[in-house]
Amino acid sequence: MADITIGAAGVIPPAEVEDVELYHPKSWVTKYVFCQDAKVIAIQYSITALSIGLVALVLSWLIRLQLAFPSSLSAIGPGDYLQFITMHGMIMVIYLLTALFLGGFGNYLIPLMVGARDMVFPYVNMISYWVYLLAVLVLVASFFMPTGPTGSGWTLYPPQAILSGTPGRDWGIILMLVSLILFIIGFTMGGLNYVVTALQARTRGMTMMRMPLTVWGIITATVLALLAFPALFVGCVMMLFDRILGTSFFMPAIVEMGEHLKYHGGSPLLFQHLFWFFGHPEVYIVAVPAFGIVSDLIATHARKNIFGYRMMVWAIVAIGALSFVVWAHHMYVSGMNPYFGFFFATTTLIIAIPTAIKVYNWVLTLWRGDIHLTVPMLFALSFIVTFVNGGLTGLFLGNVVVDVPLSDTMFVVAHFHMVMGMAPIFVIFGAIYHWYPKVTGRMMNEPLGKLHFWVTFLGAYSIYFPMHYLGLLGVPRRYFEMGEMAFVPQSATTLNGFITAAALIVGLAQMVFLFNLIWSLFKGKPAGSNPWRATTLEWQTPETPPGHGNWGKELPVVYRWAYDYSVPGAKEDFVPQNQPPVPRAA
Amino acid sequence: MSITILFVLVPIGAIVAWWLSQQRLTAKPWLEVGAIGEVPGSGASSLPAATIGLGVFLAVVSSLFALFISAYFMRMQVADWAQMPAPKVLWFNTGVLILSSVALQYAQVAARRGRMEGVGDGLIVGGLFAFTFLIGQLFAWRQLNAAGYFLATNPANAFFYLLTGLHGLHLLGGLVALVLTIDKVWRGLELAQVRLSVKLCAIYWHYLLLLWLVLFTLLTPWVGDFAAFCRGFSPAVY
Repeated sequence: MADITIGAAGVIPPAEVEDVELYHPKSWVTKYVFCQDAKVIAIQYSITALSIGLVALVLSWLIRLQLAFPSSLSAIGPGDYLQFITMHGMIMVIYLLTALFLGGFGNYLIPLMVGARDMVFPYVNMISYWVYLLAVLVLVASFFMPTGPTGSGWTLYPPQAILSGTPGRDWGIILMLVSLILFIIGFTMGGLNYVVTALQARTRGMTMMRMPLTVWGIITATVLALLAFPALFVGCVMMLFDRILGTSFFMPAIVEMGEHLKYHGGSPLLFQHLFWFFGHPEVYIVAVPAFGIVSDLIATHARKNIFGYRMMVWAIVAIGALSFVVWAHHMYVSGMNPYFGFFFATTTLIIAIPTAIKVYNWVLTLWRGDIHLTVPMLFALSFIVTFVNGGLTGLFLGNVVVDVPLSDTMFVVAHFHMVMGMAPIFVIFGAIYHWYPKVTGRMMNEPLGKLHFWVTFLGAYSIYFPMHYLGLLGVPRRYFEMGEMAFVPQSATTLNGFITAAALIVGLAQMVFLFNLIWSLFKGKPAGSNPWRATTLEWQTPETPPGHGNWGKELPVVYRWAYDYSVPGAKEDFVPQNQPPVPRAA
Repeated sequence: MSITILFVLVPIGAIVAWWLSQQRLTAKPWLEVGAIGEVPGSGASSLPAATIGLGVFLAVVSSLFALFISAYFMRMQVADWAQMPAPKVLWFNTGVLILSSVALQYAQVAARRGRMEGVGDGLIVGGLFAFTFLIGQLFAWRQLNAAGYFLATNPANAFFYLLTGLHGLHLLGGLVALVLTIDKVWRGLELAQVRLSVKLCAIYWHYLLLLWLVLFTLLTPWVGDFAAFCRGFSPAVY
């Protein structure tokens, strides 16, 4: 604690800047390639994640084309279709969303928002990215293997994942597992940085309860990921042993084509437990950073302090804790003890409480706010709507008796695409439009942004709303084609055609976004240091984009929380966190 | 599954909860405008970042091994499980690993008291003992293989190789850090610059020793009986 006196001249804190040993890039290679600066690593993470995400986007077009025109596309066979859905799911959930939220936004925003010069372990941070890139390359390599990538579904359930009937059984599954193991190792290195930086490298005056909710969201998600990813690691290592070394961790005795395999006694259910012990927290690993970011977007663009900051923090922590005790609600149809189903249904429904608190607080933040319908704000608002929609169908599926008939129908596909597909993606877009001016120094084009938003938003609803209906009809998911099903009316095929048309249009809209991203880099309007007139520290850097070491000579000192918007009596409608308080009149 | 996870996640959760309780989560930040002196507790720990980082990493490792052990217990319940005998050399290895930990503790105490030569000796002896442990583990693998307990013969064997191998890899990673620390001592760095590295190595070593004792207990045959006994109290997960 430093002694700080408030005199008539204002507050002059002694800036006791410790000599932080910053790493200084010497050449082009260490500045832009093997760089230890968190901002560069963040950009590397983001570009890699968006690139591999584009692959997953194209895969989704192929999936949709097959569903709209079954038996008329000769290029897509049943095996290909399974490979497409597997890779689409895995890439989107892990290699795009997790990597972009934590590796991308985490790296860029944590040091800037808490007023640090860099991450606490910059070297480890750099290695983290390169291991992630290696994981992505291994994943991509599986596309070029003789039998292609694995087609076992993104859940990789054994025994089918490593039986010869499943496409990609030879190399695909091995590369998939190796890639996941690499991803987890890389993530752990990054994750240590995110948590310890937020805990230990906060600048003076930045108490935990003065941190922007973005940081709360990202570090909570990181803690979840650090504790949950080991479950996937265990599952992957053991399955790799089963596949390569012939152990029987997960593989029961199986007769394949009249031939007894060497496996015996393994438990496929064990894998499901491990997978979902990771898999459910994974939903929140993606959702919780989105919660945090969207809180900041709404407060900034509605010019109003976030409603119930404390409750927001508590809710984030509560959601994180609860997410570890709900995993088996993904396994209601695995044949478990009904009492377990009851337990997990209860915990699942309890999560609705902190989540609802967050939604109410966002809405109350908007209430009587000075809402600016900028592109980031539009995406933030669309997140709230979409998250509520997806969350409500989650209440359906959380109940065992409702889940059992709906499980494995399109209803589930619609549910999770709404709640953990579209909702976090909207936040990612909003966040990119919001922080792009800080990263590049230029604004993104607003009309193009609005076009992108409206097509994506309306398009997403055209895709997923009808899908709920298909699911209620009983249209199964994961099927290459439906064939003749008495209970599915002919109109379902027409509806599938409509959904595909919407999906292709939404896909095209993303090209507008990409164009905007690159075009604005060169031709965008210069942004200045704080175009949104936001309070948080990253907008108060001396340079835009922030230079190496972020803060010039002296670290900022924080005097207030992150949400001083429209403070009565203040000169401007926002008061930056590092602005000293007006001295009280003597 | 649930029992083992509870054993690890509850302590980790308790640490997180204790830490959160120190963060003044009931503060009303919107009322607390002012300089740092006026707002109590920035919440940062006085420990160096590297120590906290190691602590977080050990939490991750604990989670990893807890999940492996959960899987071990769940797989054990299937009828084809045939526990294999633990090779005698494991007792020797355990002793060596204990000595290794003792040596590092000695180095850490020496570092605290400012005796540089003691630090170097402790680190090198500790490293050699740890290396001996790894060789001993490989020897145990060879013995088992020679006796016909192959990896794929039985899940009990597979778990043995997997868990000992993973523990060994963690120790190998620790040895890398140890060698870097020894290098620092040899280059004649100031004691203050070495002290933290020595302390972190010692913490990691004690952790891996503890982990090994847990694994050793679980992998020896009599645990099967104990687990069967415990299972009487826990509802079957499937």
